[in-house]
Amino acid sequence: MSTVSWITARGLFGRRRFLLLFPLPVVLVLLAVLSRSFGVDPGEWGPPVLVGLGLAVVLPVVALIVGTGVLGAEIDDGTVVHILTKPLPRWQIVLPKLAVATGVTAATVAVPLYVAGVLADSVRLGLALAAAACLGALAYSALFLALSLLTRRPVLLGLVYVLIWEGLLGNFVSGTKVLSIQQYVIALADRLAPTGLLETSVSVPVAAVMTALVSVGFTVLAIDRLRSFSVAGETS
Amino acid sequence: MTTTSAAPRAGAATETASTLDLAGVSRWYGNVVAVNDVSMRLGPGVTGLLGPNGAGKTTLLHMMAGFLAPSRGAVTLDGAPTWRNPDVYRRLGLVSEREAVHSFLSAYEFVLASAKLHRLPDPQEAARRAIALVEMESAQDRRIGTYSKGMRQRARVAAALVHDPQVLLLDEPFNGMDPRQRLHMMDLLHRLGDAGRTILFSSHILEEVEQVSGTVQVMVAGRLAASGDFRTIRRLMTNRPHVFAVRSTDDRALAVALMAEPSVTGVELARTGLTVRAGDYGAFTRALPRIALAKGIRVRQLVPEDESLESVFSYLVEA
Repeated sequence: MSTVSWITARGLFGRRRFLLLFPLPVVLVLLAVLSRSFGVDPGEWGPPVLVGLGLAVVLPVVALIVGTGVLGAEIDDGTVVHILTKPLPRWQIVLPKLAVATGVTAATVAVPLYVAGVLADSVRLGLALAAAACLGALAYSALFLALSLLTRRPVLLGLVYVLIWEGLLGNFVSGTKVLSIQQYVIALADRLAPTGLLETSVSVPVAAVMTALVSVGFTVLAIDRLRSFSVAGETS
Repeated sequence: MTTTSAAPRAGAATETASTLDLAGVSRWYGNVVAVNDVSMRLGPGVTGLLGPNGAGKTTLLHMMAGFLAPSRGAVTLDGAPTWRNPDVYRRLGLVSEREAVHSFLSAYEFVLASAKLHRLPDPQEAARRAIALVEMESAQDRRIGTYSKGMRQRARVAAALVHDPQVLLLDEPFNGMDPRQRLHMMDLLHRLGDAGRTILFSSHILEEVEQVSGTVQVMVAGRLAASGDFRTIRRLMTNRPHVFAVRSTDDRALAVALMAEPSVTGVELARTGLTVRAGDYGAFTRALPRIALAKGIRVRQLVPEDESLESVFSYLVEA
């Protein structure tokens, strides 16, 4: 484990907002277990729980908390200077942080999605949801990591993207779905395990290409922005 | 190579010393000019960057450390720009003013992490050496979150020194330190400067700068108001009378004789001695022994009264 990822992980787990990660996945599993045990038809509870809660809320919100935590939090409190005053090419700082963010998000989200998917349909759906969520975790993490360097309010902007763009506009303006990580994840999961539960208008090739583009594009952007990282002039 | 001494590595002194160059550096934010056309060259030794709050010291330090792009001009370390060039951190260490540390780490872990990020061949030994340099061994395994402000500052200095940089920049390093820690830090900076390192520290407290370094760069309102040895700077201010405290065997007779001297602009007689104002530093210091000898008066004490950095600084700020 590189020193950057070690510090990043210690920082992530050392902050109290890390605890925010747990309620959402727990609620997801609880809802799935309850629906299943009351014998509700998976066709009824599947879409709202798996997509409406799992992919539309749990995945992006966890990714937002973690993705802005790995770098944004360090920029906020100024500790990032300690890592930046080292003769490291900036990709050696961004990539480990992206890996930590993706790994933590994926682990937090994939497990409950797998459980919910198994309860709703089959092990195959569970695995498909988990795998797609991992890819989604990568794309979201790259986006939120770059946001930490582009704006002083990455959490706010990230929330606007998740809630307004993906959540609200996606329902009314179908064109916005092409620029929605959530839709890519749905399309990929549906391709891996075709059931009647997941629905999207985005085609699988578009989803695959766009997921890769988002992940790589925002990572490259983050590396370049970190190269020009400026400390705001402040006087005591 | 291992050395048990707390001084900087002896072998490192054979490396070529580094020079930090600023050529016509300006930085503005919108239409506010924070740093205005500053040129300076920093070589081995300790230099104090002095100026009132808001003079642009921190902005200048950030540009030197590669954390801010100059709006105009260039900042180079041994010819290489510091902006967008992480390689300069092999030779440069920074202790920023903002007291930000990974509080969940212990000082040893923190310094060790810095050593590893520098890819030092023996990070454990380097971390131990740096911690010994700031005398933090006894507290090195406690979480930084439990430290006092001065201890945190020392932990950060240790982290900045772990790779034995040629250039060390410190922004207000004495803030929050108690007198003992302050003395220790001053001593450390002296030793590093004597070992051929280029040390620049900023401060708005004259006393600190005066005690640590004779060479100052004075910033006032974004401009470099003066640079060099502050006693020399003082002497160059010929439009300001120099004030001397003189005590002799016969103050009254000396006062009378001095009034006839053209370089003297005023004499004040008090029970404790004379306060003499002289327009020309050189002429007065040459005239005094001559006059005393001629009158048969023995001068017991001659002390320049306004060569303190305080008075130099207030002259500059008023100017």
